[in-house]
Amino acid sequence: MSKIPLQFRHNGRDVAIFVDGGTNLLVALRELIGDMTPKFGCGQGGCGTCSVLIDGELHLSCLTLAETVAGRAVETLDGMKQGPNLHPLQRAFADHFAAQCGYCTPGMLMAAKALLDRNPAPSRAEVVEAISGNICRCTGYEPIIDAILAASGSRASA
Amino acid sequence: MAVTVKTFSSASEAAGALSSDRSARYLGGGTLVMRALNEGDVTISTVVRAHDQALTRIDASGPRVTLGAGVTFARILAERDLAFLHAPARSIGGPAVRNMGTVGGNLFAPNPYGDFTVALLALDATVAVQGGFGARDIPIEEFLQARDRQAGTLVLSVSCTRPASNEAFHYRKIARIKPKGGSVITLAAHLPVSGGRIAGARIALGSMAPTQIRARAAERALEGRALDAATIAAAASAATEGTSPSDNALGSSWYRREIVGVHLRRLLSGQE
Repeated sequence: MSKIPLQFRHNGRDVAIFVDGGTNLLVALRELIGDMTPKFGCGQGGCGTCSVLIDGELHLSCLTLAETVAGRAVETLDGMKQGPNLHPLQRAFADHFAAQCGYCTPGMLMAAKALLDRNPAPSRAEVVEAISGNICRCTGYEPIIDAILAASGSRASA
Repeated sequence: MAVTVKTFSSASEAAGALSSDRSARYLGGGTLVMRALNEGDVTISTVVRAHDQALTRIDASGPRVTLGAGVTFARILAERDLAFLHAPARSIGGPAVRNMGTVGGNLFAPNPYGDFTVALLALDATVAVQGGFGARDIPIEEFLQARDRQAGTLVLSVSCTRPASNEAFHYRKIARIKPKGGSVITLAAHLPVSGGRIAGARIALGSMAPTQIRARAAERALEGRALDAATIAAAASAATEGTSPSDNALGSSWYRREIVGVHLRRLLSGQE
């Protein structure tokens, strides 16, 4: 079966790869582009650790057919840091001990970014709703919620 | 295993490709088909897609609402004119699933999913499909009864009439994880009232049978009566009639039968 050429923007950079038919975006990012920040959790859309932004919208990369992002902008956790500095969300996660084993963290951060990009001052209920598709098996939800609220505060005052 | 992906610019071409290949599946938002591919479902060898704008159109201006099959739950939630569908749309997945999952795909979502379809069944929706023999409209109940045989047809849109009033339409999804989780059971009821009496009661249940079903005995208990405590009690006690729930990790068949009447009573009496 022939490979399909695919071009899209990956964290602000144009990338061009060849994918097999049916390849999901998570595999394309990790195995073909080498961006290991989105994680494979369940492959079913139940855990959220593969979350990425496609044209600014939160999507599950494991359930996204790679070729559907042709010409679109894909953002992953790898693109979140601002030069040598952590993004305010990453800083808040570190300060609030919001990463325990860390496996859910990439998806939590992308879900949080999707929220704050649209709603810079969310309520606690809105934060809970925003990360409701992301499972933390360490059950460390409270520090994650605190970190997202703190990051939104620091943004508002910055 | 690699599959062949066929992308078309029109829905009718996609329908043609779908009807001529038994191993082809239509890819909407990806939450069902990509999941099957990730699990190594070898019965799918072709994935069909269409870039047809008609599939993502929302017509919510009049009394009858039409949703293209490719309309996502996030778009429904962004549409003020579709407020009556916000509760079912919001009950599905987390934000990422709502950005991806579509109205058309939900018609095919097996238990414990397919909650939006429960609402559509209570609203007596019509499903527009295109098969090898052209396009036609099918009542949603008929569509669901023959769902296993619908794989070769492409759903184009779903339409329904707005509920008679905000108070006439009720929806509730029982899940173990809040605000997200698969359905233990899902209930929707449309109870138009005419002259103080219910006329045209429709109650739909999810996770109470292999597909979403109507609770006909409960509907009969409500029809022509005022929505008082005695009527609600009669409907609640008839809720299990005709149901055949199965066991899964979220609940047993026995448990589902035990609670469906309780939740129907709460739904109809407006209790939390």
